[in-house]
Amino acid sequence: MLTTALIVIPVAGALLIAITPLSSYWLGSLATLISLVEIGVWITAAARFDFSSSSLQMDQRASWFSDLQVSWHVGQYRFTLWFVGMTVVAMAACTIYGWWVGRERARAYFALMLLLTGAIVGVFVAQDLLLFYAFFEAMLIPLYVLIGVWGGSDRMRATITFVVYTVVGSLLMLAAIVVFGLQQGTFDMTRMGTSSSQWLFLGFVVAFAIKSPLFPLHGWLPVTYRESPAEVSAVLSGIVGKVGLYGLLRIAIPFFPQPVHDWRIVMLIVGSVSLVYGSLLAFRAPDFRGVVMYSSLAQSGLIVLGLFASNSLGFDGAVLQIVNHALISTSLFLLAGMLERRTGTRGELSLLGGMARGRPALATMIMIVGIISLAVPLSTSFAGEFLILAGVFQQGWLWAVIGAAGMVLAAMYMLRAISAVLHQDVGPAVSEHALDLRVGELAIVVPLVLCLIGLSAWPNLVSGRASAPTSSGWTQYAP
Amino acid sequence: MIAKPHIDWFALAPSLALLGAAGLLLMVAVFVPRRGRKATSAFVAFGGFVASGIWAAFLDDRSPNATALVHDAMWRDRWGALAQVILAGSGAVAVLLSYGERMRDEHVAEYYALLTAAGAGMAFFVQAGNLMTLFLGLEWFSIALYVLTAIDIDLVGSLEAGLKYLIIGAVGSATLLFGSALVYGITGELSFDRIAAAGHAHDAMLVVGLAMIIVGLGFKASAAPFHMWTPDAYQGAPTPVTAFMSSATKIAALVVTYRVLVTTFPHDQHLWRIAIAVIAIVSLAWGNIAALVQRNVKRILAYSSVSHAGFMLIAVAAANPLGARALLYYLIPYAAMSLGAFGVVAARERELQRPVTLQNLAGFGWERPFLGVAMWVFMLGMLGFPLTGGFIGKFYVFAAAYDHGYWWLIVAGVIATMISAYYYLGIVRAMYFRDAAELQLAPAGGSPPFDPLLIAGVGIALAVTVGSFFAVQPLIDVARSAASSLPL
Repeated sequence: MLTTALIVIPVAGALLIAITPLSSYWLGSLATLISLVEIGVWITAAARFDFSSSSLQMDQRASWFSDLQVSWHVGQYRFTLWFVGMTVVAMAACTIYGWWVGRERARAYFALMLLLTGAIVGVFVAQDLLLFYAFFEAMLIPLYVLIGVWGGSDRMRATITFVVYTVVGSLLMLAAIVVFGLQQGTFDMTRMGTSSSQWLFLGFVVAFAIKSPLFPLHGWLPVTYRESPAEVSAVLSGIVGKVGLYGLLRIAIPFFPQPVHDWRIVMLIVGSVSLVYGSLLAFRAPDFRGVVMYSSLAQSGLIVLGLFASNSLGFDGAVLQIVNHALISTSLFLLAGMLERRTGTRGELSLLGGMARGRPALATMIMIVGIISLAVPLSTSFAGEFLILAGVFQQGWLWAVIGAAGMVLAAMYMLRAISAVLHQDVGPAVSEHALDLRVGELAIVVPLVLCLIGLSAWPNLVSGRASAPTSSGWTQYAP
Repeated sequence: MIAKPHIDWFALAPSLALLGAAGLLLMVAVFVPRRGRKATSAFVAFGGFVASGIWAAFLDDRSPNATALVHDAMWRDRWGALAQVILAGSGAVAVLLSYGERMRDEHVAEYYALLTAAGAGMAFFVQAGNLMTLFLGLEWFSIALYVLTAIDIDLVGSLEAGLKYLIIGAVGSATLLFGSALVYGITGELSFDRIAAAGHAHDAMLVVGLAMIIVGLGFKASAAPFHMWTPDAYQGAPTPVTAFMSSATKIAALVVTYRVLVTTFPHDQHLWRIAIAVIAIVSLAWGNIAALVQRNVKRILAYSSVSHAGFMLIAVAAANPLGARALLYYLIPYAAMSLGAFGVVAARERELQRPVTLQNLAGFGWERPFLGVAMWVFMLGMLGFPLTGGFIGKFYVFAAAYDHGYWWLIVAGVIATMISAYYYLGIVRAMYFRDAAELQLAPAGGSPPFDPLLIAGVGIALAVTVGSFFAVQPLIDVARSAASSLPL
């Protein structure tokens, strides 16, 4: 019931907001309240969760249409719980940011944000392939409008690019789902067997690689992330991208053991190239958002290395790093939005600089998140990336070397961005009147940072409880 | 003394109810004073469709076994009855959409009379059991639709559209008739199941006849390459008529196509499966690609209806129990989305007093929140996105194709859907994404006329579109029992 509630609450909240006659301020506060209630429900779920069991928990199953064995089946594994947690936290932060910024057309805006929350949670908890697909597609609808209505001046191109990429990917997946489900005689993921079809595997992988994004399929990334409102970029990079990685982890890897084996080298190369190429692009990016967005490409690559390491170290590291990067990326994009609002720029690094002086809160926040994101030892990213490297090392030392090189590159691009924003000479767009972070903004960023610091203190909370403690832990949930 | 066949009046009731309403409406045209004519005739037409739908629902309930009527001329079975229910629903919504349409007083009652007569013809058509009733039903509703298309003589293009529809439709009917004649000539039988029993399956003449019948029905289903009339007729006809044509004609034509193929030509299925599959692919390709370059929203929706004919023909080509179910299920959300989308176009047309294009749709979503969201849902439904029955419909169609081993039809359908995303989302983009400066509060003088009936019609369509996503099981159960009344 709790799992279903996690989907129903935001969706019902969206409908409520769509019809409630309130002013935009109160609609925003209502949306905030709903997203906080959602976090509360998740905490309740986490409190009742049995972390010693690796099986599906809090599941609910009801037949949807029986002739093709499709059902409403939702539930959570241990790693799912963390993914849902990061979703509700990040979505709450983004919703509150939209309220703080005072988005126009508040009714549509907040309804869509809540709808998006429900859809993303649904993707993570769905245990039926068709239901998974329905939520996967449902995510696109609010995102399309959020970018198209509240985006920047080039938003038309952004929406078309974004939609073309994602629709192509998801329809390939739909074809794969139809074939796979009918072959298996059921669409219930907990009852399906494995398949050795290369085509089906590739259908899923392409869809997930577009969503993540991964190297050759990241063409939608620049225009979409730059033209979206800051908080929508935060959702895209922090959460929606993770849906693609989750799909690899939950569907592409466990159901297709033979194709995974055959394509492992290719996937490791894709991950490596994404990591190195993304890092280099981030180093060259002329704006703050560019750095963050290409770093998320790099991080996707790193996580893929962990996933296709095919051992529990890599898997645990990937799960931890997904959660880490969700929080980091959300914080950084929101901070980017705050910077852009202060300076009236689009975050061009050449126009920024010297913002640390007189703005201690802003500097501290950017500094903490930046440092954690470049995987400084003792941070949670360090733990995640270390696990991934240790895991992928077992597939060959070369992959670990590439991963380590990625960590060095991360330090380079992140420190460059931090220094260009906070230090150096005062930039032309930075006026004396650009304020420090306000209390409202701190209320958005500080909880995210606290989550990161908490995870840094105890990364085992996620990684140790992601898979089973056995060496074959990562296949525990596989059929 | 001629021996009269026994007539099961109950089985003919859905058609007769509409015919009765049509007759009554002609009386209304003469006897009811001009002031009350519009309301009275709309009410009678609505009542006719509702009565027909209720009768059809009863008929569906009371006809677990298919029986032949009137010397095999008609069938009493759930396949026809379910189609009649959907047809009657479409007609009733079309009446709601029609009420606010600007129309000359002197032929408002005739308009509704033609609408109900067309509905009666379709209800007759879907029960057809031999080649004679097939042709009779086809001509019956077609002639009514030709006149309806051209009825608004004040509308630029309406007459032209009617003429085009008439000429091309006549070619289609003639082809069907010629094909029927060939089939009769070789088998000496008229009724569908006796033709099947007569053998001659591989006779060239029968195969040519089959091909011509497929072509004739393809014209009515507006499947490419027999769709040439569709964009012009849809654009020129009064929008509520377009709404009715796009939903009801397609329901009737596809349901009958399936019935004729599986009952009359079961021995030639290896031939017609491929033929239908090819027509499906051509429809998908042509409809979607042509829609990309249109600016007029009615033309976009017309080409979209060609591509939907392609999707439904995938289910016909599969011709397995899953395919029959998929076809009947798909028709329900499709009819709703099509009626609803044209209803929204009609609303915009009435407030702007000119044809609706992507350009002048700007800002519509913000000005008319309900209609905007409804249009948004219809477009997503036609695209096959979740939370609409369109998604489940496409899923079933693909499942049916896979079940028969036609995986290449899934590939075609997937590619077509990818292309269609551009223009369906283009309509959403036109409604919502333009800058505030481009918004145009429509009519020069004050707010647009409030049209509660149109809102109700669009609301019903919206409820069916979304509801069919959730209530899949009951709809599939109904479709399954309807499909079981046909062989294969």
